[in-house]
Amino acid sequence: MENKLIISPSPHIHSGDSVERNMYGVLIALVPAFVASLWFFGLGALIVMLASIAFCVAFEYLITKYIMKRESTVSDGSAILTGALLAFNLPSNLPLWIIALGALFAIGVAKMAFGGLGNNIFNPALAGRVFLLISFPAQMTTWPSPGVFPLAYTDGATGATVLSLLNEGASQLPSYTDMLLGRMGGSLGEISAIALLLGLAFMLVRRIITWHIPTSIILTVAAFTGIMYAIDPAGYVNPLVHLLSGGLLLGAIFMATDYVTSPMSKSGMIVFGIGIGIITSVIRLFGSYPEGVSFAILIMNAVTPLINTYFKPTHFGGK
Amino acid sequence: MQKTFRIGGIHPPANKWSAGKAIVKADIPSQAIVPLAQHIGAPAQALVKKGDKLKVGTLIAKAGGFVSANIHSPVSGAVLKIDESLDASGYKRPAIFIDTEGDEWEEGIDLSSEIRRDCKLSPQEIVAAINQAGIVGMGGATFPTHVKLTPPSGFKAEILIINAVECEPFLTSDHALMLAHGEEILIGTSILMRALGVSKAAIGIESNKPDAIALLSRLAASFEGITVVSLKERYPQGGEKQLIDAIIRRQVKSGALPISAGAVVQNAGTAFAVYEAVQKNKPLVERVVTVTGRGVGNPANYLARIGTPLRQLMEASGVISHPGKIISGGPMMGKAVASAEIPVTKGCSGILILSASESKRKQMRNCIRCAKCVDACPMGLNPTLLMNAAEFAAWDTAESNYAADCIECGSCSYVCPSHRPLLDHIRMAKGKVMEIARSRK
Repeated sequence: MENKLIISPSPHIHSGDSVERNMYGVLIALVPAFVASLWFFGLGALIVMLASIAFCVAFEYLITKYIMKRESTVSDGSAILTGALLAFNLPSNLPLWIIALGALFAIGVAKMAFGGLGNNIFNPALAGRVFLLISFPAQMTTWPSPGVFPLAYTDGATGATVLSLLNEGASQLPSYTDMLLGRMGGSLGEISAIALLLGLAFMLVRRIITWHIPTSIILTVAAFTGIMYAIDPAGYVNPLVHLLSGGLLLGAIFMATDYVTSPMSKSGMIVFGIGIGIITSVIRLFGSYPEGVSFAILIMNAVTPLINTYFKPTHFGGK
Repeated sequence: MQKTFRIGGIHPPANKWSAGKAIVKADIPSQAIVPLAQHIGAPAQALVKKGDKLKVGTLIAKAGGFVSANIHSPVSGAVLKIDESLDASGYKRPAIFIDTEGDEWEEGIDLSSEIRRDCKLSPQEIVAAINQAGIVGMGGATFPTHVKLTPPSGFKAEILIINAVECEPFLTSDHALMLAHGEEILIGTSILMRALGVSKAAIGIESNKPDAIALLSRLAASFEGITVVSLKERYPQGGEKQLIDAIIRRQVKSGALPISAGAVVQNAGTAFAVYEAVQKNKPLVERVVTVTGRGVGNPANYLARIGTPLRQLMEASGVISHPGKIISGGPMMGKAVASAEIPVTKGCSGILILSASESKRKQMRNCIRCAKCVDACPMGLNPTLLMNAAEFAAWDTAESNYAADCIECGSCSYVCPSHRPLLDHIRMAKGKVMEIARSRK
């Protein structure tokens, strides 16, 4: 038996965790919010989701094969996840060619140009979304009105989101129940607070992410908008509206927690979350854009290396 | 809540298949190979030459310095040669080869099973007896015990901690020893307390060994100052610094000795060896070795003479014909050995045999910065940062991020979803950083 013995340094066992397990775990966590999206946006949600995933996977495959000339990384599941997350950030009536451009920017520019999974600075799906928001502001801010299993894709009735209503000074907002369930206008994955929180619970139980980033973002936004509401209840809305509307929960739970683009230490994660919460609140309350979560996360993505430098893990025995 | 250490840690499946199995006396080997370097520190110096007749317990090599340990013959017979022999380190190093004849022990060694509880020796006499018997840390670290009982000037021990954690998966040698020789371990503990001049001792046992906790707690009632502490199952709780933190909530500072936190840690197997040395005049010539893993049919705990080839114990346990890996020690920190002919040494707590399919590493991928290694590191380091530093030979970065504090527990590599060989690289960085630090002095 001698000549066949394998020799390697310890450890000799492994947890069995894998990149795939984490990527597919996040995909499973997206299911409740996607079901809510199908319920309210119907066929459009399905088309946008499938198209976004297909474009992202195809671009990653083509880029790795023909430009980078490397083994394809599609099987690690990250391109599928980027596709799903990009779809979550798009209106369900977005034309296919715009989705394709978003996917190309997300995968081609934000991810593969930096070297692929693990090397990107910005969250690819969010970079794709912001690229589209700036390039196609009209299409990106026209949301279908929620119905029950509507079969329309690009020709249905459209409506506004809670935040755009607020930005325009409208007083009639959806009820809290509607906001919790998701009966309101908005991007594919951002509408149902309950479904997003279910996804969060799943990821926490499976230890895919920890509580630090989502909690610090949500508490910061609650505190910031709560203080403004306490100072001037007539000029600002109840902080609960901010928590339940727009992409806050989607961003806090699924976008900001992207491994590659968020800090590594617990203290760093909290600083990162507080930063996102403050920037989001400032844009929402004082900026001209109704929504600020995407910008806030991308800005803090850029700050992540700095946070990693200054906020290190708690060292055993102190300094 | 049960006590445990405060930073990091993992919980791999325990797989203690040999738990609850009584200790079986292994056959005396027909030839014993006794390496001269079985401990941390200077190798021992051989005192015998070819043809010398030996009894069990005859001093065959004396300590090569203060940080070193005596070695006694584990068998009776004649010295065949002193020659190089492969050991667990993977290198050929000097060893004494002894051909066994019969089983005759040196006079004055008490082999009866009668328990001798009273010890009237002075601390100096106890340390001398331990030194003479060649006792080293039996948990695997093999640091000479008499050195740990001689704190550097300016330091005073407040508490003795007995490490009966056995947090490595698969291993059960300490567990089996506690069930079979609980009282002797407690007497050994009280002797160590006497040697250190402390009035308190805590025996840390993980909660997956409730029978050992119950037995030792009951026996400890008749010993002054000894308490048994049940610990939450968590790896690497048997790490010296982690165990001190778990039991007395003090963290040894970076680069400092455990004694600076007022604690001296000794392994349960060491406490038993101390009992035998001091009360029965028996040097360290045999130890309990767990033989386990998917590669054996019958996982078991053996009392084996030092120098017994691993192959003999593996065959006694029904080893498969083509094992993938043979590990001296546990799966997290043990060493994969190059040959089944290497001998059992003082620090060999177990032999783990993995099947071929379990033995291969998976293809490594890019780091996805998930920070699971950061969460797992019990020293509060950033393993992926240290691996990067090692890859780029950025030793200053490695040093300022405490590469030298790594205890090589392997938790980072164990959890990495990208199968990155984090510890391999950190080990290299640690060695380099320590070399640079030494060259500065």
